[in-house]
Amino acid sequence: MCQVEEDYKDEALQRTAALSVGQKCMKCKEGCAVVVIRVGDAFCKSCFRDYFVHKFRAMLGKTRLIFPGEKVLLALSGGSTSSSMLCQVQEGLSREASKKLRFSPGIVHIDEGAVCGRSAEERQETLMQLEAIFQASGFPYHIVYLEEVFKLPNSILQSVSSSPTSHGQNYKEAVDDFLQKQREALIDVEQRLTVEDERNVTHSEQIEAKFDQLSTSTAVSEENSATILSETSPSGKWPFTLEQTEAVKELFSSVKTLTAKEELLQTLRHHLILHTARNKEYSKIMMGDSCTRLAVKLLTNISLGRGASLAVDTGFSDNRYGDIMILRPMREYSSKEIAFYNKLFEVPTVFTPALDTKASDKASIHRLTESFVNKLQTDFPSTVSTVYRTSEKLNTACSDINSGVEQTDKCLLCLCIMDTKVEEASAFQATLISEKLSCKQSPDQMPVNKVSEQSCCDNQAEEKGKCCSTNSGACHPPVSNTTTDFLTLLCYSCRLTVKDMVSLSLLPQYVLSEAERRKRRAQVREQIQEFLLPPEDESDENY
Amino acid sequence: MPIPCSSCEKKLAVLKRPKTGHSLCKDCFFWAFEEETHQTITSAKLFHQGETVGIGASGGKDSTVLAHVLKVLNERYHYGLNLILLSVDEGITGYRDDSLETVKRNQQQYDLPLKIVSYEELYGWTMDQIVKKVGLKNNCTFCGVFRRQALDRGAMMLRVDKVCTGHNADDIAETVLMNFLRGDIARLRRCTAITTGSEGAIPRCKPLKYAYEKEIVLYAYFKKLDYFSTECVYSPNAYRGYARAFLKDLESIRPSAIMAVIHSGENLSVKEDVKMPVQGTCGRCGYISSQGLCKACVLLEGLNRGLPKLGIGKHHKLHSRLLRDQPLTEREEKKLKSVDF
Repeated sequence: MCQVEEDYKDEALQRTAALSVGQKCMKCKEGCAVVVIRVGDAFCKSCFRDYFVHKFRAMLGKTRLIFPGEKVLLALSGGSTSSSMLCQVQEGLSREASKKLRFSPGIVHIDEGAVCGRSAEERQETLMQLEAIFQASGFPYHIVYLEEVFKLPNSILQSVSSSPTSHGQNYKEAVDDFLQKQREALIDVEQRLTVEDERNVTHSEQIEAKFDQLSTSTAVSEENSATILSETSPSGKWPFTLEQTEAVKELFSSVKTLTAKEELLQTLRHHLILHTARNKEYSKIMMGDSCTRLAVKLLTNISLGRGASLAVDTGFSDNRYGDIMILRPMREYSSKEIAFYNKLFEVPTVFTPALDTKASDKASIHRLTESFVNKLQTDFPSTVSTVYRTSEKLNTACSDINSGVEQTDKCLLCLCIMDTKVEEASAFQATLISEKLSCKQSPDQMPVNKVSEQSCCDNQAEEKGKCCSTNSGACHPPVSNTTTDFLTLLCYSCRLTVKDMVSLSLLPQYVLSEAERRKRRAQVREQIQEFLLPPEDESDENY
Repeated sequence: MPIPCSSCEKKLAVLKRPKTGHSLCKDCFFWAFEEETHQTITSAKLFHQGETVGIGASGGKDSTVLAHVLKVLNERYHYGLNLILLSVDEGITGYRDDSLETVKRNQQQYDLPLKIVSYEELYGWTMDQIVKKVGLKNNCTFCGVFRRQALDRGAMMLRVDKVCTGHNADDIAETVLMNFLRGDIARLRRCTAITTGSEGAIPRCKPLKYAYEKEIVLYAYFKKLDYFSTECVYSPNAYRGYARAFLKDLESIRPSAIMAVIHSGENLSVKEDVKMPVQGTCGRCGYISSQGLCKACVLLEGLNRGLPKLGIGKHHKLHSRLLRDQPLTEREEKKLKSVDF
C-alpha cells in the first residue's frame, strides 16, 4: 500500500483523487466507494459492512469474556449506538453454526420519560416503536420504567463477591464443552426428526411448532418482567402508579443542577438494569457506548472527580457488581461510523428526548464536555481516538491504597471503590480544610492540625450557621440521615452530586435503608474494633 | 443586603470565596488563604528547617502572592527558611523587562535577595531573536523549555535546596486535562505531584497547588500587592488555550470542578505494562533527559545551525549525529528549515 502511494509523483493530486465520488473501494478495488472512514480510506458498501461486523466479532473474540450459552442482556435506549449493537448481535446469531455467536441475548429498555418532561401518551408512542423493533429481533425483552426505582431492593447496592465456581473452567474448555453438547443435541434432534418423518410430519411444520414455542417463551418472560417488578397498576397499563411518577419528578426537581441530575439518573438507570439482569438471570450486560461517547465520558468523569474509577466506568469490562459484568462492545466504533452503518443498512432507531435535550452548551458538565470534544475533534481529528487510547493505559489507583485498610468499602451509589481515604496532602483533604476554615470556629482552635475525614461543613450545616466539629472517632449520633453521615458513605464524585440535592428524603427507599444498614454496621464494627484481628491475607473478599 | 462573614460572624463579608462559596470578611479570607497554604506545606512536608528556598518570581500575580505568603508563613510558623527570589529574563521587550521591574520592587518590599538569570547569558539568544527566526507559531516551545532549565541553572548557581513556583490549582487542572487530551501518559502521571524532580535535579514544589486562581487574584487585590498583569506579547500556547477555556467553563458550571479534576488526576494510575520513557541525562549538558540530547540542547542546536524546526516535533533519529556535531543531509536540512509565518 505504502509503495503504491509513493509511485504517485504529485502527492497533492493524489489527495484530491482520494476524495472523488467515482472512486473505487480501497479494499476490494471493485465496488464503488460509498463511505470514507479514517483519513481517506474509501470503502464500498459491502467492504464497509464486513469491516464493521468484523470489528464487533473481533472485540468479543479477543476479550473472551462471554462464555458460550451465557445469557446476555443488551441495554437498549433506542439511540444509534445501542440499536447498531442489537443489529450486530442479530447478525452474529444469524450466521451458520461455525461462526454463530454462542450466547443468548435479551433486551432491556429503561423508560425515563417521567423526568424528561414527557406525557403518558408520548411515552406510550415511543414504547410502541421500540417494541416493534424488539419484537422483530425475536429476543426476549423487558421494558422497565424509571418509576420502578421505588420498588428496588436494598441488595442492589451490595456488590456480590463473584463466586469463582461459576466459571471456574477456562474459556477454551467452556467452548469445547458447549460445542460437544450442541453436537449431541443436534444428533438428538436428527434422530427425533427421522422418527417424526415416519409419522409424516413435514419439516416446515416442525419449524413452525418450534417458532411457536419460542414466541410463547418470549411472551412468558415478558409477563414475568411485569409481575416481578410491579404489582398490578390501577389502569392496568403501566406497572407503576401516578404517585410514583410524581415522586420521581419531585426527586429530580429537588436536584439543583443539571450535572447532578444527569449523574443521579445514570445511577438509577444502572440500578434498574442491574436489577433486571439479576432477576432474569442474565450474567452479562452489554452497553452501547461508542468511542466518541466514551471520550466524552472520560473527560466528563475527570471533571466530576471520578478519576479513580475511570477504568471501570469506561473500560471494556466492568466488574463492580461482582456477579454481573458490564461489557462495552461498541467502544471501538466512532459515532460517525455507526451513523453511516445505520443509514446504509437501514438500522431502525428511535429518538427519545433525554434530560439535556435542547439544553444549552453550558447547562451541565456533560453537555459542555460533549460540545468541547466535538469542537476539538473538528480542529484536531485525532482527539477522540487519543483520549480513548489514553484511557486504555489507565488502572484504578485507589484499589491498592485501600486494600491495606480494614474494609474496602464501596460507594453507596456508584458501587465503585471509595476514593476518599486518601493521604493528607490531597485535593480532597485540601477541600475539606478550605470548607472548615471558611466556617465559624472558636479562636483557640485556630491552628487546625488535622481535619477529620468527616467534615460537616456542607451546605446544610452552613445554613444553620454553625459547624459542629466532630473529630474522627467521636461518637456518631444515632439519629440518622443527616447529610453529613450520608456523605461519608459516598465516593468523591457522588458526594458532589448529593450536595446538589435539596433533601435526601426524596431518594428511593432502598438507598436510604441501605445507608442506614451500613451506618449501623460501621457502628457495630467500631464497638467491637478492639477484638478484631487484622486479616491475615489481603486476598480477602471485598465484602 | 449586607451578609455577615460566615467565619467570624462579626464583620460584614466582602467577598464570596470562589472555592467554597462561603462569604468572608477580608481578614478571615486572608487567614483562611494563608492557613490553607500552610496546611499544604506541612501535610506534604515541602520544606525542612534551615533550607534555602528559591522562589520562581516572574512578577505576575501567582509568584507575587507566593513570595508574600511564604514570607508571612515563614515568620508566623518559624519554618526557618532562607528565601531567595529567582527570576528568568527571557528577553522579551515590552513584557519581561516591565515585569522584572515589578520583581525588583518586590525585592525591596519583602526584603528578599534576588537573582536574575537571562536567556542571553545562558543560551546566547533572547526570545526576541528566537521569534525572529522561528516565527510566532512554535516560539512557546522554546521559551517553556529554556525557562525550565534556566530556573534550574539559576537555582544551582545560588545553591538552593528547593525551588518553588507559583502554579495554582487552575494551572494543575489545566495540565491534567491537556495531558489527557494529548495522550501524554508520562506527564499525566507526574503533573499532579506537588514535588517533582527528586533525582539529580533540584526538587521543585508548588505550595499554591490547591489555591484557586481567582482566590489568588482576590488575595493580591485586597492585600494591594504590587504585581504585573500583562499577557506575553507573543501568542500564548494554542493547545493549552483550549484546555484553559474548557476549565473556565467547567468552573462557571460547578466551581468545585477544578478540585475535582485535580482529585481525578491524583487518583489516576497507569497500568504497569505501559511503556514509560526512561529518565537519563543529556549527552551534552548533563541535564535530565529521556533522549540522548535534552530538548533545550536540541532547540539550541537547531537555532545555531539555522534549522529552527529541529526541536519541533520528533527527530530522535538525528540525535546521535547532532551529538557528534556531524552535518545533516541536504534533504533533512530542507525539511527543518522551512518556517511558515
